[in-house]
Amino acid sequence: MQLTAALIRLLIFPGLLFAVPAAWFFLYVERKTIALMQQRIGPPLLQPFYDFVKLLGKESAHYPGIEGLLMKLWPALSVCVLLGALALIPVFPWRGGFSGDLILLITLLELPSLFYILAGFTSRSIYGKVGSMREASLSLSSNLLFLTAIMMIAVSVHSFRLSDLAVPSASPARWLGLAAILLCIPAKLRLNPFSTSSAEQEIYSGALTEYAGADLALWELAHGLEWLALSGFVTSMAFPRTGIRLADAAVFAALSFSLVVLLATVAAATARLTIDHSVRFFWRWSVALGIAFLISAVVFRG
Amino acid sequence: MKLLEKLVNHCRKKSPWLFHMNTGSCNGCDIELVASIAPRYDVEQLGIHLEGSPRHADILCITGPVTHATLNALKTVYGQVPHPKAVVGLGSCSASCNAFAGSPTVDGPLHRHIPVDVYVPGCPPRPDAIIEGIAKAAALLGMKDRVPLIGDETDAGCEAAGEAALMETEAPCN
Repeated sequence: MQLTAALIRLLIFPGLLFAVPAAWFFLYVERKTIALMQQRIGPPLLQPFYDFVKLLGKESAHYPGIEGLLMKLWPALSVCVLLGALALIPVFPWRGGFSGDLILLITLLELPSLFYILAGFTSRSIYGKVGSMREASLSLSSNLLFLTAIMMIAVSVHSFRLSDLAVPSASPARWLGLAAILLCIPAKLRLNPFSTSSAEQEIYSGALTEYAGADLALWELAHGLEWLALSGFVTSMAFPRTGIRLADAAVFAALSFSLVVLLATVAAATARLTIDHSVRFFWRWSVALGIAFLISAVVFRG
Repeated sequence: MKLLEKLVNHCRKKSPWLFHMNTGSCNGCDIELVASIAPRYDVEQLGIHLEGSPRHADILCITGPVTHATLNALKTVYGQVPHPKAVVGLGSCSASCNAFAGSPTVDGPLHRHIPVDVYVPGCPPRPDAIIEGIAKAAALLGMKDRVPLIGDETDAGCEAAGEAALMETEAPCN
């Protein structure tokens, strides 16, 4: 019974069948928001779908041997891992079902970034390597802040269980933690101002320079799923639940949507920081907020 | 199966990604191309997107009369664009070498080396004309069994150049 429930979560809702169109919609919202910020009309609603199908119909780069296998493996693994992360996000915490804990969810959210780094190194393109190195240093610095913030939230509710974390509490520790997580999300999604790792035109296409065809399509899809998973993760910890399923789902969707609009607006309004500036930014905030986290974790201990 | 083919062809029309290459142009056409993909003309409505890597592109936008120095790079980049692809020659230089015709350093026009689908003449062409040219190339991409309109129908030499470039990237370069 539990296996069936888990499979339904992975493949139907909120997994494959729901998540893929939702990921395309979020990619559309991102591009449309940036277009509106620049006083343009922007792409049509189905644009991410068109891009995906077109890329599926193109030929891929032919790499011989194990490299070819790995090049295909990284984007496929990213998509699988993100679908797993989506299945864990507690939209309705009291429903039970396939409930995992926070450490598993964080691992699943981190793995795509690791695969992205490995993809750049596997392709052996110098631009891919530069992109991977930038992503690695950015991920190291933004994760420090991300993980301390999550740890503080977990400490404030005395639990690593996702269903406990999703129950709202008025503790200021949670809001401070969520603010810190919001600072990290642009770096995780490679958005402006922390877009040095993908830095289009500047280092060609970063880690994905040598990717083409279906593999590139999977990377695009993984990016959309990352949007979905990260905005869902933040929203699930931030919104007050009424107990009515339909109302909760509507509030969840509306809040995730506003988060995407907010992040895309920030991306459109800012310029790309250099890797030095990005890393320095995160380490400074990490130190400042880390001290605040420690104090609040002690003061607001439940 | 036929339906799937139709869907893919429709999506090809709706999502042309560009790669821009200069083969010895005076920069006039490059400035116009950049102007036409800037917010004022909003080409994202047509799904047009300038990509950083030739491997992501569908349409190769080439400016300049093809100088000897850029010829090998041109063939390599053409080989790196995955099938199906289209080539748009921007400006009079790529079509006829324009003011550079007869120069000993120029090896144009473009269709002597790679198959070209659309030429956008002008010195430089206006952004409106460039967008129209790209839209025509995108429509060609969505056509069944299409063959390049101008130049060689076989591009085996360029394919080999693209493969060779791939081999080069595989060599350890630390």
